[in-house]
Amino acid sequence: MRFAVLVFPGSNCDHDCYHALKHVVGVEASFVWHKEESLAGFDGVVIPGGFSYGDYLRCGAIARFSPIMKAVEKFARAGGSVIGICNGFQILVEAGLLPGALIRNRGLKFICADVNLRVETTGTPYTAEFRKGEVLTMPIAHAEGNYTADPETLEKLKRNDQVVFRYCDASGNAGDAANPNGAMENIAGIVSEGGNVLGMMPHPDRCAEEILGNEDGLRLFKSMVNSLSESRV
Amino acid sequence: MKAKVYVTLKSGVLDPQGKAVEQALHALGFKEVGGVRIGKYLEIALDGGTRDEAEHRVREMCEKLLANLIIEDYRLEIVP
Repeated sequence: MRFAVLVFPGSNCDHDCYHALKHVVGVEASFVWHKEESLAGFDGVVIPGGFSYGDYLRCGAIARFSPIMKAVEKFARAGGSVIGICNGFQILVEAGLLPGALIRNRGLKFICADVNLRVETTGTPYTAEFRKGEVLTMPIAHAEGNYTADPETLEKLKRNDQVVFRYCDASGNAGDAANPNGAMENIAGIVSEGGNVLGMMPHPDRCAEEILGNEDGLRLFKSMVNSLSESRV
Repeated sequence: MKAKVYVTLKSGVLDPQGKAVEQALHALGFKEVGGVRIGKYLEIALDGGTRDEAEHRVREMCEKLLANLIIEDYRLEIVP
């Protein structure tokens, strides 16, 4: 199994994702420069965090027009697994592969902290190995992670079980006090209608190894890999 | 020719920057300030074409890249 880790000018979590997949999970991974135009031979795509194009204009707005993104769109529309983390999530919403938008945190500050996340659905390839309602801990590191969508989009996300993670407190309550950035309904991660494209602000890549003191992110990557292996049989 | 483009957040979309500036203005004694919304202003130099063509092209630029129509509106002026 082979994963593409996209690299844009300004990506800075590409090595973390590559390391987690290749050395911890133990699948093949390759860096794919944004000027490439093909994803042939890959089983999954990771769009890592960072500051692609310096976050100029809007986060992800310029990266979404990089040549590789045409291939990502094609790959995603064909049902391929695509995970966008942090800036990767911002790129996916700018590209229209996920609904809504990510705007400035309500407190204006860049937030770098561990947060609690509640698993809202196990019906995705990325969360199949969690328990519904389980509380995870993952770090966030962003200034524009405030998820926003119009009421119809929010309704549709909930109806289709597309909300994957919500910010919550240690006991799993997703109230306003546990909302770090003002995201609507505490939304931290969503999937596409087909469930194959995941966008999330928290960083599973930064908690994917025992030495990091937290392996919740590793479970997400393993879940993705296991789901892909099963679907290939 | 030049295009002046204004990109603003749609009404209803939270603008934490605008809120912070509003509070700062209140703190400075500008009590009459009822709200602040922060947007972007872009000046785009254009080569050739008619005014109508320019407007059409800049509109396309706005919809494709300069504004995110999920959260933003835009307006533009074409000036000599």
